[in-house]
Amino acid sequence: MFIIVAGAGKVGYHLARALIADHEVLVIELDPARVDFVATELGTDVVMQGDACDAATMERAGMERADLVVATTGDDDDNLTFCQISKARFDVPRTVARINNPQNESLFRQLGIDSTVSATNLILGHIEQELPWRGLIPLMTLTGLNLEIVEVRVPNEARIVGRQVKQLLLPQGALLCLVISEGTPRLPTPDTTIHPDDILVAVTNIEAEESLRRALTESDAAPG
Amino acid sequence: MLEADGHEIAIMDVDKFAFDHLPPDFKGLKVLGDGTDQDTLRRAGAERADAFIAATRGDNRNALASQIAQHVFQIRRVGSVIFDPIREEVYHGLGLRTVNPTKLEAKLLRELIEQEEA
Repeated sequence: MFIIVAGAGKVGYHLARALIADHEVLVIELDPARVDFVATELGTDVVMQGDACDAATMERAGMERADLVVATTGDDDDNLTFCQISKARFDVPRTVARINNPQNESLFRQLGIDSTVSATNLILGHIEQELPWRGLIPLMTLTGLNLEIVEVRVPNEARIVGRQVKQLLLPQGALLCLVISEGTPRLPTPDTTIHPDDILVAVTNIEAEESLRRALTESDAAPG
Repeated sequence: MLEADGHEIAIMDVDKFAFDHLPPDFKGLKVLGDGTDQDTLRRAGAERADAFIAATRGDNRNALASQIAQHVFQIRRVGSVIFDPIREEVYHGLGLRTVNPTKLEAKLLRELIEQEEA
């Protein structure tokens, strides 16, 4: 593949270094000192000096034949613009953006960026997985489908405890896929009974996430 | 100008000295902070805004702020300054309402020169 990377900071540089063995890679970087550094480390044909959001620079970089572009700068506005111009003007089939402000992740998806990576959200996910219970844990987002795979541990006091799967009222757009009881994963059947501390894995569309969390974890006494 | 038209204004900037340029009788809300941050926009009242204008010197910042206004806060009237003519074309094509000062200035300057000739 021909991959163009915007930004030769730490993320961009290490990404280019990892990709270079198997792919044609070009990094676009504004700062001449960083350009020199990458040229020395990876070769002069791997890096180009310029503004990655400038169409003339993009053209010189060979954007028309790029199979994939990755925006790795520390500024979300630059990453978004680079990906949007790549797609709209150069028909790049696949765009990947680093997200710095985690609140921007769903917006970028909505705006057609194919994959997003937020270090903050990844770390938050890990922290949440290690805490005993914090509601729904997002495990994975399904690219381009607005769907997410989530995990939840059933609290002792949840109203679904003791009920069978066929009695559960799940929101539209949410599907229970796996029930893990005492470490044993099972495909849920209508007669599967939910126990406290069961781990449930579900697929849900992003809008239904909050109602799914309520359906699976709230007790009868809970307000709202 | 907009305030004189009778609108309620909130203005945002990351530089607190920027507010010194406002007229002394400016009655609107001044919000110190990043206009591309959703929480800061919320603080400025984006949730109840009828219109949003992104007019910083940075095209990419304006484009991000406008798209947040449009898609996250569902503001219907969003205007964005984009200096780079090609970027403006792209964002206009993606559904943003854009103003391109570069093209406008060029046009005005051309008119000025043509007047001289006449």
